[in-house]
Amino acid sequence: MTNKNLLQISNLSKSFESSKGFFRKVKNEVKAVDGVSFEVKQGETLGIVGESGCGKSTTGRLIMRLIEGGKGKINFEGQDVQSLSTKDLRKLRRDIQMIFQDPYASLNPRHTVEKIIEEPLIVHKIGTKEERRKRVAEVMDVVGLSPYHLKRYPHQFSGGQRQRIGIARALVTNPKLIIADEPVSALDVSIQAQVLNLLKDIQVEFGLTYLFIAHDLGVVRHISDRVAVMYLGRIVEIAEVEELFENPKHPYTKALLSSVPVPDPTFEKQEIVLTGEIPSPSNPPSGCTFHTRCNSCMDICKAEKPVLQQIQSGHQVACHLF
Amino acid sequence: MKNEEIVEKEKTPFREFWESFRANRLALVGLGIVFFFIVIAIFAPLLTSYAPDSQNLADRLLPPSASHYFGTDDFGRDLFTRVVYGARLSLWVGFLSVLGSALIGTFLGIVAGYYGKWLDTIISRFFDILLAFPSILLAIAIVAILGPSLQNALIAIAIVNVPTFGRLVRSKVLSVKQEEYILAARAIGMGDTRILTHHILPNSIAPVIVQGTLAIATAIIEAAALGFLGMGAQAPMPEWGKMLADSRQYLTDAPGTLFFPGFAIMFTVLGFNLIGDGLRDALDPKMK
Ligand SMILES: Nc1ncnc2c1ncn2[C@@H]1O[C@H](COP(=O)(O)OP(=O)(O)OP(=O)(O)O)[C@@H](O)[C@H]1O
Ligand SMILES: [Mg+2]
Repeated sequence: MTNKNLLQISNLSKSFESSKGFFRKVKNEVKAVDGVSFEVKQGETLGIVGESGCGKSTTGRLIMRLIEGGKGKINFEGQDVQSLSTKDLRKLRRDIQMIFQDPYASLNPRHTVEKIIEEPLIVHKIGTKEERRKRVAEVMDVVGLSPYHLKRYPHQFSGGQRQRIGIARALVTNPKLIIADEPVSALDVSIQAQVLNLLKDIQVEFGLTYLFIAHDLGVVRHISDRVAVMYLGRIVEIAEVEELFENPKHPYTKALLSSVPVPDPTFEKQEIVLTGEIPSPSNPPSGCTFHTRCNSCMDICKAEKPVLQQIQSGHQVACHLF
Repeated sequence: MKNEEIVEKEKTPFREFWESFRANRLALVGLGIVFFFIVIAIFAPLLTSYAPDSQNLADRLLPPSASHYFGTDDFGRDLFTRVVYGARLSLWVGFLSVLGSALIGTFLGIVAGYYGKWLDTIISRFFDILLAFPSILLAIAIVAILGPSLQNALIAIAIVNVPTFGRLVRSKVLSVKQEEYILAARAIGMGDTRILTHHILPNSIAPVIVQGTLAIATAIIEAAALGFLGMGAQAPMPEWGKMLADSRQYLTDAPGTLFFPGFAIMFTVLGFNLIGDGLRDALDPKMK
C-alpha cells in the first residue's frame, strides 16, 4: 500500500427531489448524501458502514456518475470525474468497476456466463475474439468457476456462484478501483466468508483498490484497512480499522459496535443501545443529525452541525464532544 | 466451494419455454390448426383443380358433392377452392399487418419508455388518441381515406393496432429499465444503443410475441369485417369476410356459402388465440 490517493472526493452531495400530491405539488427533498469527503489510497480497502438508507449506495453510484447531478469534487487519478464528457466517462468505467449487492438482479437472465463476463471487453473494444475468450477463461479460473459453466445461464447457479460471476465481470477489464456495494449481504453466512476471501485474494493478486460498502460490521472489519461510518448522508467517523473497533469515538459508532457480539472477551462491552427510529432523511434533525438518538447530547448539538476533524493521526470524528 | 450447491442443468431458456409450452394440450391444438391452415394456403393449387375465380353459371349454388366438396356460389365458383385460397389472403393480412404494428409499436414503445420525458409525452398522447376510437371505426375511417382494397385494409389494421403494442412495450421497458443488470451494464461503460439492443429489447420482447399471436386473430377478424362491409377485399377476391357478405342473398338456397367461410374464420382465429394463450402461460412465469 502506498500513500498515493487513487480516489479523492470532497464535499459530495446529492439530493433527490420527489413531488407528492396531484393538485398541489409538495416538493420533498431527500438529502441522500450531504457533504461527504474522503480519499481512498492506492491498494487499500476503505469500508463504508451505516444503517440502511444512510446514502452508501448513492455515494458509490455518484463516484461512477451512475447517478447524475451530484455536487462536489470527485478526483480519480488526477482526473476531475465531474467534468468528464460522456465518452471519457465510459472510458473511466473501464478503470472503476462495480460489484452489486443482489447477485440475482444484477446479471441479465438472458445472457450466458460467457457473454456476461465478455461484455465489458466488447464494450471497451479490448482484444480479438480469441484474446477475449482467453481472458474470460482466465478470470473464470481466478474466481473459481469452471470452463463448463461458460454456456450456462445465471439462474442455473447458486447465489455464491452468481456473485463470483459478478466479480469476474468486474475483474475482466483489469480495473484499478472496485466499488463493492454490499457484495455479500445477500449471501448465506457460510458463503460470505468464501466470497470475502476471494475478494481479498484477488486484491493482492491484482493490486486492486476497494471501496467496500456494507452494513455488517463484522464483514467490514474482516476486509477493510480503514473504515468510514455514515449516518444520514454524512460521515461521522473515519479511522483505521483496528483503531475504529478498539477506540471508537463517535457515540453512533460506539452504539453500532455495542450492537454486534464481540468474540474478544477482554473487550469491555459498553451497552449503548440505539433508541428511537432513524430520522427521515427528507426532514433531518437540526444541528448534528444524530442528536435525537445520542445519549451524550448537549445544547450545541441541536444548533450546530459538527465538522469532521482530526483528533489523532488518521482518526477523524464529527462530534461536538471532541 | 463445498458449501455451494452446484446446479447441474444444461437448459437454455428456449428449451425451458418449449417444454412448458408442449405440456399445454390446447396450445398444441392451436398450433395444429394454424399449421393446417398454413399448409392449405401454401399448397392451395395442389388441393383443387378449379381456379378461385373461374365462373360457371350453369353450376350456380350447388350443394356439396364429390366434384364440389363445399358446393358452389352464385357465380358457380367452387366454394372449396375459394375457401382454400381465402386462407392465403387472411393469413397474409394477419401476419403482415401484425408484423407492421408490432415493429412500429415496439419502436415507439422503446423510445417512449427508455428516453422518457417529452418524447414519452408525445408518443403516449398519440397512443391515447388512437385508442380513443373503437378500432373498427378507426380502420373504416382510414380505409375511407385510402380507398377500399385489401392492401389498404391491411395498412389500416396495422395502424389501428400500433398503440396496443406500443403501450405494452413501453410499460415493459419502464420496468426492465429499473433492473439492476441495466445499472450494471451502464457501470461497465456500455452506451445506450447496446443497452437497448442487448439488454432492454430481449427482456421486453416476450409479451410482444404473446400479443402478436393474439393480434393476428383480431387482425383476421378485422380484415373479414372490412371485407364484409365492402371496405376491404374487392370482388372477385376469395376473401372470407367478403364471401360472407355475398352469401347473404342465397342463405336459404346454399347455406354452405355462409358456413364454410364462417368456419374457416372461426378456426383460424381460435387457433391463433389458443397459441397466444399457451405462449403467455409458457413465457409469463419467467417474465414476471
Ligand atoms: N432514485 C432515488 N430517488 C429518490 N430517493 C432516493 C433515490 N435513491 C436513493 N434515495 C434515497 O436516498 C437515501 C439513501 O439511499 P441509499 O440507497 O444510498 O442508501 P443505502 O445506504 O445504500 O441503504 P441500503 O443499506 O438500504 O442499501 C434513502 O433515503 C433513499 O430513500
Ligand atoms: Mg445500498
